[in-house]
Amino acid sequence: MDTWKIGPYEFRSRLLLGTGKFADLETQGKAVEVSEAEILTFAIRRLNLENPHEPNFLEQLDLKKFTLLPNTAGAYTAEEAVRIARLAKASGLCDMIKVEVIGDPKTLLPDPIGTLEASKILVEEGFIVLTYTNDDPILARRLQEAGVHAVMPGASPIGSGQGIVHENNLRFIIEDAKVPIIVDAGIGAPADCAKAMELGADGVLLNTAVALADNPVLMAEAMKLGVEAGRKGFLAGRIAKKRYASASSPTEGMIE
Amino acid sequence: MVVVLNGKKVELADDVQNVRALLASYQLQEKIVVVEQNGVIIDRTHYEESPIMDGDRIEIVHFVGGG
Repeated sequence: MDTWKIGPYEFRSRLLLGTGKFADLETQGKAVEVSEAEILTFAIRRLNLENPHEPNFLEQLDLKKFTLLPNTAGAYTAEEAVRIARLAKASGLCDMIKVEVIGDPKTLLPDPIGTLEASKILVEEGFIVLTYTNDDPILARRLQEAGVHAVMPGASPIGSGQGIVHENNLRFIIEDAKVPIIVDAGIGAPADCAKAMELGADGVLLNTAVALADNPVLMAEAMKLGVEAGRKGFLAGRIAKKRYASASSPTEGMIE
Repeated sequence: MVVVLNGKKVELADDVQNVRALLASYQLQEKIVVVEQNGVIIDRTHYEESPIMDGDRIEIVHFVGGG
């Protein structure tokens, strides 16, 4: 069985699914089911006290089946991220945290300094830390030195659907990795998942590409298959690229 | 008394004197929420022993969909 670990936790699925932007809870439930994701991300927000009992996706989940990965989305400083992480952990539901410190509202690219600072603090506080980061190999190394349990470089800006824009950077990060590398954000299509996994990533985290697809449930299945295809391709070992052709059929025994 | 609850000024009923009573006033006892009072997270086992004072800043947060 091709399992993998993040900190002390072991998983079979290599597709991590976000839970934002779905049109309705029923579609979302089906998409989560067919994706076979074991790790689901959530955000922490104020409860709407004017309608505190509106249906909530988390409350419909069988929490024994899933590992929750709350994020620190919305944080623009390390302090804000740490505050959100502590609130998430105080729920008693999880000790994993997706550290996300944004540096710019237009691109939503991470602030590398705040990201590293928040990650350091949360590692020291005993969280299982998965850090969303720029696709910068040196920053990925610094995060690992700080003790994070997984590094999650973006493929491209959050929700952009551009796929992997810096393949070479991802390759460097993966080659250098001592913890799982999860390609997070910017995935648009199953081919992007396959590509990330073929490069040797340990997993893929996506949200918008499924939630806003014309058929989110079908896309969730397609993404699962993309991740699986890419993973198997990576394990199988692809052939080297060559400049010229190499015949697939025998060159001997030709009929004359 | 008046507190700032999730960013809004709210006048609490006279019988709401601690965090447990505050949650009960919104029927949130069974919901998965976390309470922060003046920047300090309140452990769920200590709701009853956590008095609310006039002017407190209280946040009640929960898990919502996100990526």
